[in-house]
Amino acid sequence: MTTERLKVVFAEALGLPAEKITDDLAYNSIKEWDSTAHMILVAALEDTFDVMLDTDDIIDMSSVAKAREILKKYDIEC
Amino acid sequence: MTIQIDLTGKVALVTGASRGIGAEIARVFARAGAHVFVNGRNEQTLQELCSELGGNAEPLAFDVCDPKAIKEAFQKLFKQTKQLDILVNNAGILDDALIGMVTEAQVERTFATNTFSVLYTSQYGSRLMQRSSRDSSGNAKGGSIINVSSIIGRVGNHGQAVYAGSKAAVIGITQSLAKELAGSGIRVNAIAPGFIDTDMTRTIPEDKYKERMSSIAMKRIGTPEDIANTALFLASDLASYVTGQVIGVDGGMLI
Repeated sequence: MTTERLKVVFAEALGLPAEKITDDLAYNSIKEWDSTAHMILVAALEDTFDVMLDTDDIIDMSSVAKAREILKKYDIEC
Repeated sequence: MTIQIDLTGKVALVTGASRGIGAEIARVFARAGAHVFVNGRNEQTLQELCSELGGNAEPLAFDVCDPKAIKEAFQKLFKQTKQLDILVNNAGILDDALIGMVTEAQVERTFATNTFSVLYTSQYGSRLMQRSSRDSSGNAKGGSIINVSSIIGRVGNHGQAVYAGSKAAVIGITQSLAKELAGSGIRVNAIAPGFIDTDMTRTIPEDKYKERMSSIAMKRIGTPEDIANTALFLASDLASYVTGQVIGVDGGMLI
């Protein structure tokens, strides 16, 4: 289940309404989440959760659910 | 009119700053007011340079050939400052050989130091810069990546295919990143030094040394300060509309 905090970061970074941010929302499945937006999203996640992600994790971040799973590796529950 | 370049409030990282050109760039940046992270492999050498530079510098020891070490260094920078305005990719090695005598180890070591490191530091560095390069309204303030290539990377040289290839690649990286990062307010430029008086060039055999000297139109060897001053310009707001350029600093050298 996507939490409010993660949803807000995704919504702001991708310029989408919060209700569109669901666990199964996937990278490159909508025009708002292209590679440029992906890097903006990464920066927003890093700023919000005070972490610098590995390059492999940036590449693996293929959905909202996957983002939450990756952040968990950094001891971030969201 | 006096123009003074002021880097106060800027955070810089200079790789290969233990000596030569890198150390001089660190000195010039620190004198201009930047906070400079100086990189090299030997912590003690870096500490000595930092002592000389006073409070404006601190060591960041890591091996540029090790992508994991680069990642960890940038993660440390992220935690510590969350800011990077200037990245100078200066670390480099020179290991000449005729093509028939080039070893795999030589190729790998040269490209790892001179080329691959530029990609990895730029990857993490630009991500940090994208944060610090925006003001509170989200407008780009600008960051600057300065890659130290070489005149050899532009025109090639006998016995230097590996070095030339590694430095030519730096120019390609520079021009591509300039295009990719311009929208984030990050400028990317290269300096192509000619024959500069450093430990690296002092290892050249005497006959080659004389030959190189005779090819310099300005009839003097370049100094690390000549390169550092160009880096200072590229790092500063005076170069705010300069990106994707390769600036030769070679006294009119012809190869």
